[in-house]
Amino acid sequence: MNLLIVAEISRGQLKLATGAAIGFARQVCAAGAHTFDVLLLGSDVGGLVPSVASYGASAVLIAAAPALAEPLADRYADVIAQVARERNTSVVVAAASTFSKDVLPRAAALLDAGMLSDVIGVDASAEEPVFRRVMHAGNVVATVRLAGAVKVLTVRSSAFPTPEKSSATSPAVPVTIDVAALPSGIEFISREEKGAGRPDPTEARIVVSGGRALKNAEDFERLVGGLADTLGAAVGSSRALVDAGITSNALQIGQTGKVVAPELYLAVGISGAIQHVAGMKDAKVIAAINKDPDAPIFAVADYGLVADVYEAVPQIISRLKH
Amino acid sequence: MKILVPLKRVPDPDTPLRLRADRSGIDLDGAKFVINPFDAIALEEALRVKERSANVEVAVVSIGSDDAIEQLRAGLGMGADRAVLIRVATPPDSLAIAKVLAAFFQREKPDVVLMGKQAIDDDSNQAGQMLAGLLRLPQATFISRLEWTPGEPRAVCRRETDAGIETVAVRLPAVLTADLRLNEPRYVSLPGIMKAKRKPLEELAVADLGVDPTPRTTIQKLELPPKRAAGIRVKTVEDLVTHLLAARG
Repeated sequence: MNLLIVAEISRGQLKLATGAAIGFARQVCAAGAHTFDVLLLGSDVGGLVPSVASYGASAVLIAAAPALAEPLADRYADVIAQVARERNTSVVVAAASTFSKDVLPRAAALLDAGMLSDVIGVDASAEEPVFRRVMHAGNVVATVRLAGAVKVLTVRSSAFPTPEKSSATSPAVPVTIDVAALPSGIEFISREEKGAGRPDPTEARIVVSGGRALKNAEDFERLVGGLADTLGAAVGSSRALVDAGITSNALQIGQTGKVVAPELYLAVGISGAIQHVAGMKDAKVIAAINKDPDAPIFAVADYGLVADVYEAVPQIISRLKH
Repeated sequence: MKILVPLKRVPDPDTPLRLRADRSGIDLDGAKFVINPFDAIALEEALRVKERSANVEVAVVSIGSDDAIEQLRAGLGMGADRAVLIRVATPPDSLAIAKVLAAFFQREKPDVVLMGKQAIDDDSNQAGQMLAGLLRLPQATFISRLEWTPGEPRAVCRRETDAGIETVAVRLPAVLTADLRLNEPRYVSLPGIMKAKRKPLEELAVADLGVDPTPRTTIQKLELPPKRAAGIRVKTVEDLVTHLLAARG
């Protein structure tokens, strides 16, 4: 069995979550005589080879072309499918993210492969590997078999630690791309990055997240943003604030947003709907502030403070600063 | 101009889940079912396009058993023009859904397929992208704004990504998947329900489309995830800060 890890690159940098996909591959390889390749896609990705070349891959494949400068799903999926065929790949894997959600199912269709999203466990010792994934907003863990010669997976980064690097180096192998044959039905126009300057919540050690108790964007920025900056943390949000237009969807933690697993998750005025909890319950420590003593968030919080966030948060910020 | 909106029947997300005693599946006895909320957002968007332009037909399609007629009627009640039920015997997975929809697309030749980004039961988030891949059509996933006037050869979409908002243009026909903030679906009015009863609802067997909908995925068992142990209530901000500093390390 040969696995193909699709690395994720954002702003010229390798996303840390790629390490989880490599961790998954290493776990599968440890269970049998399997090998894996890592694929770097983009316009100028050769410089990233050293960051993935010490994990034991058979090859680091470089698919570089100006036409791949933006992660357009039709082109990326075409190249991934092409590489999977050339490398005789049986399992294509990437870390779960909006990038992989966009691109990998399309590649799966091109490969006539079944797919599992958000895999959190694998038993690769059996003849046919068996996978575990969450469904129904994280309320159910399913053990699933996936039939077919080629399989496609996204793996949850909190479930597979990045392996240690070794001194060995994987060879870098360029991929030949027929640029003229790439689809051109999607045209990139622009990107607006939200919350630039703060860490990405999927990669941060601390996440401060705000919910319905925050009345407007200014209060959110002052209280949740202020507390996050004091702690050097990323900012997150419940769906209620996204719905209300107070925060960007890029901040949404939950079933249909981001799934985070930081060392510390601080829920500020979040009631704790199951859809939200699905996105943060793997945090090592959860602290919650809510004025409703019956808020469901307190059932998952390690430390709960019953208080009005408008009173408590400025005190916490001031206390942390001194 | 035609917009095709696939609708999935899912358990109401607010209903607590119970597993069957043998853990082979979820106990849905007495559960309430709804249109998958993201599909409802997709349908709402299709209806808004229709309301802004002349000569737009909105067709809803569901793949499943007779049960899904309830959600198709609800879609007609919201304002879709006609509905199609494609009957399958076994619940399909994402790839099977995409194959059935791809065959149905060839029959219908819509200008746009607008569907939810994910179903809130299996949380796979795959079917739209797979459909676009099978048909080699452009896709714009997780859209929070659609700028398209029927007749124009391309649609401009704002997409919600991890990094923020991305704007792309897709050549039509294309597959678009709806994110949360695209709109707020309307409630079905009583006149809407009455009107829906007279709208056409066609039924097809999957064999009529010449597709094998056998799923590749098989659920072997379901389990409840381990519960987090209950924590402690702290009395003061000072106590909380002490714990935060300890957790920060």
